[in-house]
Amino acid sequence: MDDVTPYIILSSILFTIGCVGVLTRRNAIVVFMCVELMLNACNLALVAFAKQHGNLDGQVAAFFVMVVAAAEVVVGLAIIMTIFRTRRSASVDDASLLKY
Amino acid sequence: MYLLSDAGHVPVVAPTGADGIYSLMWLVVALPLLGSAVLLLGGRFTDRWGHLLGTAMPIGSFVISLLMFVDLLGRDEADRQVGQHLYDWIDVGSLHIGMDLLYDPLSALFLLLITGVGSLIHVYSIGYMAHDPRRRRFFGYLNLFVAAMLMLILAENYLGLFLGWEGVGLASYLLIGFWQHKPSAAAAAKKAFVMNRVGDIGLALAIALMFVTFGTTSFSGVSALAGGASENTLTAIGLLLLLGACGKSAQVPLQAWLLDAMEGPTPVSALIHAATMVTAGVYLVVRSNFIFELAPHAQTVVVIVATVTLLWGAVLGCAKDDIKKVLAGSTMSQIGYMMLGAGLGTAGYAFAIFHLLTHGFFKANMFLGAGSVMHGMNDDVDMRRYGAVRHAMPVTFLTFAMGYLAIIGFPGFSGFWSKDKIIETALAENWLVGVLALLGAGVTGFYMTRLMLLTFFTEKRWKDDVHPHESPGVMTFPLIVLAALSVLSGVLLLGDWIVDWLSPVVGHAEHHEPPIPALAVTGLAVLVVAVGVAIAWFLVGKREVALTPPEDVSFVTRAARRDLYGDDINDTLVVRPGGALTRALVRLDSSGVDGVMAGGPAQVAGIAGFLRRAQNGFVRTYALSLLGGVLLVVLALLAVNLT
Repeated sequence: MDDVTPYIILSSILFTIGCVGVLTRRNAIVVFMCVELMLNACNLALVAFAKQHGNLDGQVAAFFVMVVAAAEVVVGLAIIMTIFRTRRSASVDDASLLKY
Repeated sequence: MYLLSDAGHVPVVAPTGADGIYSLMWLVVALPLLGSAVLLLGGRFTDRWGHLLGTAMPIGSFVISLLMFVDLLGRDEADRQVGQHLYDWIDVGSLHIGMDLLYDPLSALFLLLITGVGSLIHVYSIGYMAHDPRRRRFFGYLNLFVAAMLMLILAENYLGLFLGWEGVGLASYLLIGFWQHKPSAAAAAKKAFVMNRVGDIGLALAIALMFVTFGTTSFSGVSALAGGASENTLTAIGLLLLLGACGKSAQVPLQAWLLDAMEGPTPVSALIHAATMVTAGVYLVVRSNFIFELAPHAQTVVVIVATVTLLWGAVLGCAKDDIKKVLAGSTMSQIGYMMLGAGLGTAGYAFAIFHLLTHGFFKANMFLGAGSVMHGMNDDVDMRRYGAVRHAMPVTFLTFAMGYLAIIGFPGFSGFWSKDKIIETALAENWLVGVLALLGAGVTGFYMTRLMLLTFFTEKRWKDDVHPHESPGVMTFPLIVLAALSVLSGVLLLGDWIVDWLSPVVGHAEHHEPPIPALAVTGLAVLVVAVGVAIAWFLVGKREVALTPPEDVSFVTRAARRDLYGDDINDTLVVRPGGALTRALVRLDSSGVDGVMAGGPAQVAGIAGFLRRAQNGFVRTYALSLLGGVLLVVLALLAVNLT
């Protein structure tokens, strides 16, 4: 058994960076990238745990996450593009009309 | 065959089947019902001949009734009950009620009275309502009334009686309010209807109690089983029946509607509110003799109610200036006499019915006479503006005089025989009641003489634009027939015929000897009446009659003019507390019940209004709350797993 602790720590750091980024940044592109960062941190954790347990389940799951992330990027970027075209801004705080 | 002979009373005989002329019994009810259906559903197409059809129907019923009566006369006393089963009416569980008719000596007399007087009043109405645009509808309602009244009389069980009872109530309501454009008529109709409902609740409860106690509502069934019931139950049934009778017959305490009911056309007052419908209460008590005989307390209450009413009505009659209201007060008083007879038990039933018949004749006669006078006086009802009408209307005057002599009990006239018998019986049973009845006779003499003097004698007081004239023949013919009956119907008492005739229904009574001989009672009654007449002569006939009622009158007169505060009592005891109660309930409903029902949702809406602030539209806020939630779940899991 390999020690996967460093990978998990790295995954945690990446996830935290992504999380803080989502919560603090206003630029939609940056928020998006932070989301990707979190997804990849998860992937790293999945792969690391798969390595630790010696089966492929986690690796398969990582592939699925990648596929979903790719699809999400397509849709998300399209939305961001449209918002930018109409509002001349990519700030997530500007798009706050859907509320009480 | 006597079903209940051990009680010593109430020999209700098992009726024989209806054959021969009796197979037409159902037609007696069906003919007027058909007439009213045709007239009310036929609409304007029947306008031209509607009144003729409406008059023909009760005459047809009268002919059948007369044929049946003649046949019944020829039968043995034991055979004089004929039943006809029409169809099963209600057949649910243990409740079996058939649409049964019963023709016996009691219903025979009522049938003749209702169809006979009813036919005469229909004829009279042809003339009286000649210029009314809604005459056809009037005849439709009258026929409806006759049908319902005959149903009431012919029914063999209390439920059938109740059907007729409600039917006459409806017809009475429709006819009192016939001139519905007058607010006073509409209000009077409503008042009569509501007060009758109070009584009807009593009757309905009595029927329900009978069904619970005996499992049947037929007269034969109840009379056969009545001996087995406890006295308290029978007293309760008796009192509830009396409540029903009070409502329909305008007895104290449900008397206030009758005087207002005079807002209806005069033929209605004559037929419904004098001769027939208001006597239904007396019929009910006499018909239920098997219950009252076994419930002496209820019987005592009947006597008390009757005595109070006969004086109450008489006092009202003394103070009114409206000719119809005087007659209405007198009706109330005379029904009090009938009730008194009915309350005196076996000794009095036959005399109650006897007085009911004679009263039906002479009171219908006088009401129609009053209508004839009004007809000639431009529909004025105030007697203070009459006077000396006898010259202008000789036929009306003479026929009215016959009724007058009959009601005050002038020797030889019908009312003399019938009222005298009731007073005599009352004296034999209880001297106080008897003396009060005697006093009532004196007051009757007073107010009827006053009416007579104000209307037909004294000097002329009508205005110059009024031209009194005799009514047409179609109106005077019924007057003449009724006047003849008012004079002659005393023959029913010849050889105690009516007592023997009714004995299969109400039983034979052993004769109580009155404390003073019967002849002395008669003499006393005549004397008291003479005093009443004399007082009226000195107070009214010898004095100048003012056109407006004098104001400086005694407390008693003021009270009598206000119906002895009958309306005020009702207002204070029922109407105002009822109004206050409903208002309180409305308030409770709008603030209490509605508050509870609307308060919960309002609270939820308030909380939601506060919570929705969380939906501020900033994506990053949502992300933060998501994160917070996840952290919470993770911490919870850790906490669970670590312990």
